[in-house]
Amino acid sequence: MTTQITSPPPTAEPRKRARRRPDGSYTAKVARPGFGWAVPATVFFALFAIVPLIAVAVLSFMSWNGLGSPEFVGMDNWTRIADDPVMINSIWLTLLLTALGVIIQTPLSILLGVWAAGNQRNRAVLSAIYFIPLLLSSTAVSVLWRALLDPNFGIPARATWLFGDGNLFGKQATAIGVLAFVSAWQFTPLHTLIYQGAARAIPQVLYQAAEIDGAGRYRQFFHITLPQLRNSIITSMILMIVGGLTTFETVLILTQGGPGTDTTISAYYMYQKAFKGFDFGAGAAIALALVVAATIISLIVVKVSGYDKMRSDMEGVS
Amino acid sequence: MRRRPNYLAGAGSLLWLFLVGLPLYVMLAATLRSRGDYAEGGPVSIPDSFTLDNYTGAFDSGFGRYFLNTLVVTVCVVGLVLLLVPPLAYAIVRSRSRATSLIFRLFLLGLAIPAQAVIVPMFYLISEAGLYDNLLGVILPTAAFCFPMSALILSGAMRDISPELFEAMAMDGATPRRMFFQLVVPLSRGGLSTIVVFSALQAWNGFLFPLVLTQSDSTKVITLGLYNFQTEHGIDIPGLLGAVVLSMVPVLLVYLFARRALVQGLMGVGGK
Repeated sequence: MTTQITSPPPTAEPRKRARRRPDGSYTAKVARPGFGWAVPATVFFALFAIVPLIAVAVLSFMSWNGLGSPEFVGMDNWTRIADDPVMINSIWLTLLLTALGVIIQTPLSILLGVWAAGNQRNRAVLSAIYFIPLLLSSTAVSVLWRALLDPNFGIPARATWLFGDGNLFGKQATAIGVLAFVSAWQFTPLHTLIYQGAARAIPQVLYQAAEIDGAGRYRQFFHITLPQLRNSIITSMILMIVGGLTTFETVLILTQGGPGTDTTISAYYMYQKAFKGFDFGAGAAIALALVVAATIISLIVVKVSGYDKMRSDMEGVS
Repeated sequence: MRRRPNYLAGAGSLLWLFLVGLPLYVMLAATLRSRGDYAEGGPVSIPDSFTLDNYTGAFDSGFGRYFLNTLVVTVCVVGLVLLLVPPLAYAIVRSRSRATSLIFRLFLLGLAIPAQAVIVPMFYLISEAGLYDNLLGVILPTAAFCFPMSALILSGAMRDISPELFEAMAMDGATPRRMFFQLVVPLSRGGLSTIVVFSALQAWNGFLFPLVLTQSDSTKVITLGLYNFQTEHGIDIPGLLGAVVLSMVPVLLVYLFARRALVQGLMGVGGK
């Protein structure tokens, strides 16, 4: 790979009629790179992302136990997962957790982001601290909370007046609560950042005009800030939905899908099927279903919101 | 604008500070106290012992090795991204060929592919290629999954270079290659540092590919080390948290010295 890049193909610009001339006679034509410049990265990406994506579709019609060669089995994997109660349940759990993520994190991060956008000094200092959870890997965050919420040595064991028997991982409702809370703890700062950038980009004139009209702080928030954040709300919601549908580490480390299969969401079930049950065909089918679902939901959000007709998709990225 | 302070928002922000700060405080405090002290007093109590055993203990259980492995993965991933993405972004921004715009579409589409979706075939392909349980097998897919976001970030930065500069260089008879090295690369340093931080974070914090594509201790990366530590010695909470703190030290250092690039890199992480 190293050699490919240092020498871009000499045929880089075969179609250009007017050539650059050392004496400067055809200077109006600026030499442009040909598509050869894009080839090494594209080949690399195709090999390690596009090929596997196609392979996941193919594998979902095959049976493979991790050894030997995969065999074609038609719709078998699909009918099996469609009849699997754990799978059906996992879809509902995934949707529930995704919805909880959106419902909890959206208002929180809008409020925090708009607040952090103010240029007061204390706000700058506090937002620097808010930001820290984002620096930790999902693994570290999950391990940290698993330790803090440990049924025997964690916080709940010391605060039984609040947490009952202290075992938050023992019941479905509290286990789901823990997953939603930990995701919110980890990802709210990211969405806060998005809203902070977007809120700073709102023209101050709008607020000055509203002030003259006598609009108070809350009216300004609902009539200026929120509508102006529309693009960012959609960007951030798509991120939340895709992130929610593919949540994996949090479940693996915090609940192992338990108690029983009460928090076995689809991405975790795929991992279990493939890498614990050695049923790679079914795993591939679940994976494909996840990609399709994430894409469809994102497209619906984009269509419903009219986002595709707006100009900037990087709004809010400061 | 002068206004009276917003007390309600202030109170809310302090509540969030508490929610973010308490776990971080408990984590730091726990790593500096003995295991007995922690078990006895509970997580939020005031420590009455001081020890660095939790950190040395992490190194004794192999974290030095995992650190090194993670560093190798990170450096190689960043290297691959720096080697392959700038020419790609240059072509995306400057080339007029139809193939290039198709390629750009392909990468935009690639933004939507989650790593979870491809781990099953990835395991198959990497095993077939003989790279299972080999750091190279982790490096290659991790780098590939950094490409779409990096290409988007970098082509954005390159688009800001004014066309007059290209024309001026063309006057001197510059080839696309010379423009790339003398104009585009120097002027997109901001974008380059963002993609470095972005891909380094992806590699440093990556978990899924190592989980599925490696198994032995000699190829273990730090996130996997944390996971194993947790499943094997879950009761030794101060020791476990010591390892967590160690795993985030390099990222914190970057935070101190390259805050802006880090923030932008993180926004990229969210885009995954």
